[in-house]
Amino acid sequence: MAQRVHDVAIIGGGVVGCAIAHELGRSRARTVLLEQAADVGFGTSKANSGIIHGGHQAAPTTLKGHLEWLGNRMWGDLCIELGFGFARVGGLTVALRDDELPALDKLQHQAATKGVPGVERWGRAALRRAEPNLTKQAIAAVYSPTTAVINPYEACFGLAASAARSGVEVRTLSPVTALAHDGELWVITTPTGLVRARFVLNAAGTAAARISALAGAGTYRMSFRKGEEYLLDKRLRGLVGRVIYPCPSATSKGTLVIPTYDGTIMVGPTADEVADPDDLATTADGAARVIAAARRLVPGISERDVIAEFAGVRAVVDGDDFRIGATGAPGFFDVAGIQSPGLTAAPAIAVMVADLLRGAGLDLTPAAGDGRLAPLPPLPPFVHFAGSSTARRQELAAADPRYAHIVCRCEYVTEAEVCHAIERGAHTLDGVKFRTRAGMGRCQGGFCTSRCMALLAREMGVPLTAVTKRGGDSWLVLDRGQVVQR
Amino acid sequence: MTASYLCIGCPLGCRLEVDDDPGGDILEVRGFSCRKGKEFAAQEHVDPRRSVTTTVALLGADLCRLPVKTAATVPKALVRDVCRALRAVRVIAPVQAGQVVLHDVLGTGVDVVATRAVAAG
Amino acid sequence: MISDRPHLLRSEYDVAIVGGGPAGLGAAVAAREAGAQRVLVVDRDTEAGGVLLQCIHSGFGLHRFGEELTGPEYAQRVLCEALDDGVDVVTEAFVLDVAADHALTIASPRHGVVTVQARATVLAMGARERTHSAIRIPGDRPAGVFTAGLAQRLVNIDGVLPGRRVAILGSGDIGLIMARRLTLEGVEVVGVFELLPHPNGLSRNIVQCLHDFDIPLHLSTTVVGIHGRDRIQRVTVAPVDETLQPLMQRAWEVPCDTLLVSVGLIPENELSQQLRLRIDPATMGPVVASTMETSRDGLFACGNVVHIHDLVDFVSAEAELAGRHAGRYATGQATPADNVRLLPGANVGYCVPHTVSTDRDHVVYLRVRTMFDPCLLRLRTPDGTVVHERKLRYVAPAEMVNLKLRPALLQGFHGDSLIVEVVPR
Repeated sequence: MAQRVHDVAIIGGGVVGCAIAHELGRSRARTVLLEQAADVGFGTSKANSGIIHGGHQAAPTTLKGHLEWLGNRMWGDLCIELGFGFARVGGLTVALRDDELPALDKLQHQAATKGVPGVERWGRAALRRAEPNLTKQAIAAVYSPTTAVINPYEACFGLAASAARSGVEVRTLSPVTALAHDGELWVITTPTGLVRARFVLNAAGTAAARISALAGAGTYRMSFRKGEEYLLDKRLRGLVGRVIYPCPSATSKGTLVIPTYDGTIMVGPTADEVADPDDLATTADGAARVIAAARRLVPGISERDVIAEFAGVRAVVDGDDFRIGATGAPGFFDVAGIQSPGLTAAPAIAVMVADLLRGAGLDLTPAAGDGRLAPLPPLPPFVHFAGSSTARRQELAAADPRYAHIVCRCEYVTEAEVCHAIERGAHTLDGVKFRTRAGMGRCQGGFCTSRCMALLAREMGVPLTAVTKRGGDSWLVLDRGQVVQR
Repeated sequence: MTASYLCIGCPLGCRLEVDDDPGGDILEVRGFSCRKGKEFAAQEHVDPRRSVTTTVALLGADLCRLPVKTAATVPKALVRDVCRALRAVRVIAPVQAGQVVLHDVLGTGVDVVATRAVAAG
Repeated sequence: MISDRPHLLRSEYDVAIVGGGPAGLGAAVAAREAGAQRVLVVDRDTEAGGVLLQCIHSGFGLHRFGEELTGPEYAQRVLCEALDDGVDVVTEAFVLDVAADHALTIASPRHGVVTVQARATVLAMGARERTHSAIRIPGDRPAGVFTAGLAQRLVNIDGVLPGRRVAILGSGDIGLIMARRLTLEGVEVVGVFELLPHPNGLSRNIVQCLHDFDIPLHLSTTVVGIHGRDRIQRVTVAPVDETLQPLMQRAWEVPCDTLLVSVGLIPENELSQQLRLRIDPATMGPVVASTMETSRDGLFACGNVVHIHDLVDFVSAEAELAGRHAGRYATGQATPADNVRLLPGANVGYCVPHTVSTDRDHVVYLRVRTMFDPCLLRLRTPDGTVVHERKLRYVAPAEMVNLKLRPALLQGFHGDSLIVEVVPR
């Protein structure tokens, strides 16, 4: 196969890689996004808490603190452009003891330094009124109206779909196995073929240090911090209206109570150092700690309410800040160590990286005005039957009968949505699940799994046995002939 | 000698006991709550038998598997062999409930029949 | 088969029934017999019959039809009865909403999103399976973890197999049935692991599904870890102590590529909750009167949506009751209200119905909390007067107890509540 030379190869299709792809998609640069998994956003991003932090959470003296507030202000426009859900629900950092009050002072000071508007101190009475299910032990809180929630995987899908539409090549199932500079171009080996590019962006998340070493771009220590998250039954919808933070510790924001964009309450994450970046196992101990910590903030939460759980691993580089910039290797940039508030910062990281590339000689024509590249036309929004009014449902069904065929009985996902998800790049059961919510409800796929598998097989023209949960060796079913017959 | 069995005739699950003499003749059956239970115990003691339900390949219909059963019980030792024999069977829709899909399976004298109707699709 | 191709969907019905399994179809027939002219059954699948269509094993119908049928045979009989009676059975249709005035919003590719007005409604949505999330097994989240019922559908309807080497968590009947089913398909079933010290399924299934095939059953043992990045590679299992806490130092590893979870069913109660029906926390289904009427007028419920039954035969009996009273309600025939509340007492988890009348015959279904050998089933007043007693040979949580309650049994009783208890003899 003849290889087109790319200007930029982005290694890693997490939210950072996708945001960069989307940003570069606004230019004429020839860009390829290489993702090792079956779908973008299937690594650390999928397991993210989905919070767009208020802008005041990280210290202004750090890069992450700087990019947090820049990124926060960009998500509102992005979600309109890309058609995914975004809600500025606001956040509350809650103090339970007098000795936690200085932490609140610090947050307010950070807000003032960065110019984050509307951040204010609330006392008991205001807390009681706004969040009646919050613990009565809460003595004060810092409220931030800028805090928002999104579905992180939806953001990845939207960013990647938009990038693809504007000519970025999005290549999944393409882990980088070798990487070398031939004096002029980078030659990147993947199972889906060789890629040649002038610039390489290392946005490989937990694999970034390995990729950097592979490229001879320098070695650095990376540690891995696992976070377990627990989703609670829909019954608890509305338990809290804002993202509830405890007062932060040195290494983490602590365990939060999060009203997700979908309305489900989520609690987590933990922050435990692990040796293996692929260790995505939840633990009995983690669950106990998360529930106990969540109960300190919102006593109405119980272990019995947990309907699903997952874990993600954050990549941390020494110094605990983002590592973004040129390296010892020509044209090779690190975009590494993107721990919290990485999701919040992602759009700002993308702009920063585009500036770095421009500075290195890549031709990116900026639009007039804010100096950013010209925005892309909006993606058509993904229609969700469940959130539609009866009149709208009738319209949808009249135009396309597949909208009247319920495939997921818990989340009311229709055949039309599953088919659209497949058209937009879902090739796996999880790809469908995270685009449509089919399988995320109470029955956890008991009803819809075989139905979604059948639709995937039909739409992709493959047998049922070729459908996987999330690519790789995550096969789901076998033919009778594949089972050794005794 | 006394042997114990658990009756599979109905959900009651009676605990059955069978006494026999050294020649193997049954002397007494205990623990049953119905005639069928008594018969089951005696049968289970000398020649355990089971009904078999499984599916066979179905062509020419929306469904790809046809549920079937043995029309009567077969020796317990042959249950797996019956299923193995049915792996080669292909049925073409339409099918009537009760239609024989395999005559005299493994020479047991028992037919295998469809347990549902399927229209050609 | 039986042509249940949906014909017309009218805009008005006497009785509308949500769910076309044995409960819904049985209720439809009974509603017709009680005088309802127009009866609708709405089913979400491509054909009516419910979960019976994937239950290809036999063991159904001994009570109702006097012979042992397979699931598809039982389904075919009840569906034919409904169609012969002129019931409209609309398939591939999903009830999105039931309003308190019996207006049903239905989504169907054939009809679009439409509203149907009924005079009475019967909820017959059946049950869903408890998932492994509900029991929370820590570990990885690889492919290859299925509920037993989903595996049953994959094998019996979709014609594929879930794996080569299967471990089963929970000794519920569906898990036991699947242990045999998979073995007969050439799949290796490495064992069934049950948290409790006694099996959760019927003893006949322990014998004919496990013993017959030498499949080990590990009681007081549970799965404490799931391992495998893409596809499940193995599970960690551990014995549990009397308080059901795993003894990790005695844990061991079981290589397998599939884990089936068979940890019970719960009523499919989304619509019941949307309607804000009174729910019994023990059954997780709606509270019902002896007519199977819920806490809303003209809204009836039957089958697994009310409580989980052991046998479809009992579902059919309950459906007949609900259908008859829904038909009567829709046609303006009154049934006198109940006058006695039934309260679960010692060792009784729940009883259904929740109220009865001293003037009519009833069957009360109850489930005990723990196993007893010889024991007494007793009805008594709150102040301790014994009204009725019956000897039972053996009770277990896995096996529903039926109590036939006749007016004669309650002669001389004048109170408004009765405690139902099961005590050792």
